Amino acid sequence: MNERIKKLREQSLNAINKVSAERAKLITDFYRSGEGRGDSVPVQRALAFKYILLNKKVHINEGELIVGERGPEPKSTPTYPEVCIHSLEDLKKIDSRKKVSFKVNDEVEKVYKEEIIPYWRGRSIREIVFSHMSEKWKDAYKAGVFTEFLEQRAPGHTVPGNKIYKQGFEDIITEIDDNIKKIDFFNDPDAFDKNEELKAMKISAESLIMFAKKYSLELTELEKKEKNTRRKNELAEMAEICSRVPAKKPETFFEALQYYWFVHIGVITELNPWDSFNPGRLDQHLYPFYKKETEEGSLTKEKAKEILFSFWIKFNNHPAPPKMGVTAKESNTYTDFTLINLGGLKEDGSDAVNELSYLLMDVIEEMRILQPGSMVQVSKKNPDTFIKRALKIIKTGFGQPSVFNTDAIVKELTRQGKSIKDARNGGASGCVESGAFGTESYILTGYFNLAKIFELTLNNGYDPLTKKNIGIKTGDPEKFSSFDQLMDAFGKQVKYFTDIKIEGNNIIGKIYSEYLPAPLLSILIDDCIKKGVDYNSGGARYNTTYIQGVGLGSLTDSLASVRYNVYDKKNITMAKMMDILDTDFEGYEKERNMFINKTPKYGNDNDYADELAMKIFTIYFNSVDGRPGPNGSIHRINMLPTTSHVYFGSKIGALPDGRKAKEPLSEGISPFQGADRNGPTAVIKSASKIDHIKTGGTLLNQKFTPSFFNDKKSIDSLVFLIRSYFKLNGHHIQFNVVNAETLREAKNDPEKHRDLIVRVAGYSDYFVDLVEELQDEIIRRTEHEGF
Amino acid sequence: MEGYIFDIKKFALHDGPGIRTTVFFSGCPLNCLWCHNPESRMDLKGENTGPNRKVSSAYIMDELLKDSVFYEESGGGVTFSGGEPFFQYRFLKDVLKKCGELSLHTAIDTTGFVNEDIFKDVLPLGDLYLYDLKVMDADKHRDFTGVSNEIILNNLKILSGSGKKVIIRFPVIPGYNDDKKNIHETAEFISALKNVDKIDLLPYHMYGMSKYKRLNLSSEMKKIKTPDQSELNKIRNLFESYDLKVSLGG
Repeated sequence: MNERIKKLREQSLNAINKVSAERAKLITDFYRSGEGRGDSVPVQRALAFKYILLNKKVHINEGELIVGERGPEPKSTPTYPEVCIHSLEDLKKIDSRKKVSFKVNDEVEKVYKEEIIPYWRGRSIREIVFSHMSEKWKDAYKAGVFTEFLEQRAPGHTVPGNKIYKQGFEDIITEIDDNIKKIDFFNDPDAFDKNEELKAMKISAESLIMFAKKYSLELTELEKKEKNTRRKNELAEMAEICSRVPAKKPETFFEALQYYWFVHIGVITELNPWDSFNPGRLDQHLYPFYKKETEEGSLTKEKAKEILFSFWIKFNNHPAPPKMGVTAKESNTYTDFTLINLGGLKEDGSDAVNELSYLLMDVIEEMRILQPGSMVQVSKKNPDTFIKRALKIIKTGFGQPSVFNTDAIVKELTRQGKSIKDARNGGASGCVESGAFGTESYILTGYFNLAKIFELTLNNGYDPLTKKNIGIKTGDPEKFSSFDQLMDAFGKQVKYFTDIKIEGNNIIGKIYSEYLPAPLLSILIDDCIKKGVDYNSGGARYNTTYIQGVGLGSLTDSLASVRYNVYDKKNITMAKMMDILDTDFEGYEKERNMFINKTPKYGNDNDYADELAMKIFTIYFNSVDGRPGPNGSIHRINMLPTTSHVYFGSKIGALPDGRKAKEPLSEGISPFQGADRNGPTAVIKSASKIDHIKTGGTLLNQKFTPSFFNDKKSIDSLVFLIRSYFKLNGHHIQFNVVNAETLREAKNDPEKHRDLIVRVAGYSDYFVDLVEELQDEIIRRTEHEGF
Repeated sequence: MEGYIFDIKKFALHDGPGIRTTVFFSGCPLNCLWCHNPESRMDLKGENTGPNRKVSSAYIMDELLKDSVFYEESGGGVTFSGGEPFFQYRFLKDVLKKCGELSLHTAIDTTGFVNEDIFKDVLPLGDLYLYDLKVMDADKHRDFTGVSNEIILNNLKILSGSGKKVIIRFPVIPGYNDDKKNIHETAEFISALKNVDKIDLLPYHMYGMSKYKRLNLSSEMKKIKTPDQSELNKIRNLFESYDLKVSLGG
């Protein structure tokens, strides 16, 4: 890392997260001006996008090689009032909250008060969404049965393929024009809609070209003033690049990265789609450029690295837009889930690891920043050397890269009906979500609190927290004669609540389709252009709607405890169990100890508990998988929590596994913190008993202390652990490498540990930015030292 | 068949090649002053109270087979340790046979203090022997462990002639066996053997201390210091001067 990259990195690390009113003001100005009134919704949206790009500030950081900033400066973060309008109180909270705050200055507050709030109040999607939800839905939402991803952020959850490295936006415009010409106004009842959508796409494409030209002009201005010859030449080169891409197809490594970055800025300015956006299979996309230029001698490895460093820092300058309410709780982080994929398979099924896969790992290791996140795709065809290189970074304890099973991802995607080629061009994005890159819209709609539903089952549909009957009457468990009856009742409650969630999804998906098309995003994902249908209306080749199950470990242990202590061993009666839970173990320490230490637990390769995990999984899968979703999509499940296991835990009283009221649940498919006592092989065995292939992603977290990595044999054994888990069709495993002592120190003295990054659950975060409960949970997670 | 064990440890990385599961058999004929598994003592036996529990060989096999995928992937297998696994040789033989039928790689971590006939009988069933050599001087051996090393050295010669792969394990106990004379004698003895893969130096560690406390055996605890790195390097060099392959730990 040379001096200027160091400087840029520092600048990015030290930049203060702020709310910028720039975008909110521009979009408000646009809609208030009346321009586009009378145009179709997609065209209006495209014109609004054009207006923003035309009028927003061009910002170039000193010394950077890749340009383009979403806000007026690094970490200055825009808002999206058309989706979610922040009240003045919201802004105050966002400014002053202890974790994941964004500074709000008086000017922002003033603009909000005088212009933004008055215009958008009653018009934002968030308000529209809530106004269309049923009472049943609202009750369940308030009780923490599920969350709603689309109440503050737009659908996204997609990753582009290699299209942009093969076509310039001018080529894409030609393609759009060709499709407009093909529209059959005589026979196609959707002809008008298609025409409007394609027009909107064209405007968006032209707008992004215009935006790049603004940068080109500014770079030329800077070049004229620059005294340093080296930088002067560089600025001239950059100006030239920005005048070419994204209009033209990229010809060089440098152009390819700058092209992607304009697209990135475009997508996250158009809307605030979940999981930001992300280059996906970067080593695959860039390799042809890298190979050609290094062979010709026009690009050195050092230069390539420098450009990549600059590219990396751009991601870190762009935190997730400020969240609030339940959204802030379920996804309590600055990170915006850009997940760069390395390795895996080529579309012909061969090993995709190349020289760049390794070079990119050098970049990840040296940069050591929160964003972009990174992962390695491991197929049985990839070499061990590749995994070992990744472990060298993992070992340094910064939570990256995480490790994914390509062969499982391909099986998951083909089970859902994707072609083998599209599946192999895919990977994982966000936390752990499988997707066919460039061809799929895989929208996550919210976390689903399986453990809460068990609590409701124990209470015959009554919610002790909100003191309301929110479930159905499935019987008083004290009167059940067998454990199977309890399982049946639980199954019925799950079905009842998934029905409510799916009904909501089908309405919300339609709201986005009607009110908030995303024509720029649509250009990037096939087959939106060909179909003339927006991304948010089902234009992608594949459309999937996910509901993410949470609390598998806690729920399995709770069911195992009831089965073991009430029905099998008859240690206590169901009535007593209810009494124990009602009192939150007050005066029942002995029983609690029995639940924690003398009852079978998930994560120990013990079938007594694990077969319950399989049953829960099947119940959940059968309630969701294959059911119709909005805009022609199909519902699927995955198992990941981000930070929702903490929020969901806060909504549940004591559970039969010994967990006290309000404490966090287990995360992903990991065992409850500390429940696994037989080491990592047992955890892996338990976790692989559920059928990962039937999901769109699962998350397994394993924590090791740094000393585990001291000898070669331990590192080799991790390779074997990964290979074994993947042979069992495990989807993903991540390693947290840090000792508890360090974490405790960091908790007590955050200032000295600002740089401590830990893997939370499918993503990494600064430890000191985590809420206290989450910090404690990470400290408690089993450490596998001494094996 | 049934027998006593005091632990089954999965993801064992230092008891032979690959990822292994180690079964710790109860009971030991030796009484080493520095014993780090004091819980293996059979006088601590008790149905549910002591650390030692009675299990069937079928139970052991179930537990061992749970991690097959890891053995296969890593070239690992199972290890029988203790205590002294030969202390319950019928039980050991039964389990080894069952492992053999399933082609599991087996390693036996032994003191070698076992009747010659029994040793010869069981020997063909194991794939790898982790064989302890503590002190060469017979008197010292008796003083430190309660038994003479005559049988141990004799069995080691038998093992060497059998063609089975052997790893010598040398516990480094400062003040007891780390003197030059003992190391030279040990190295000479090993040099004369066949099929020795390497020598593992196992530095004495304090992990056993907490066990003594837990078992209320603190009075029996000896004050032994942990060998430092330079000391270990010297010992390593001495062994290496005999052209022996040495590794630290397992």
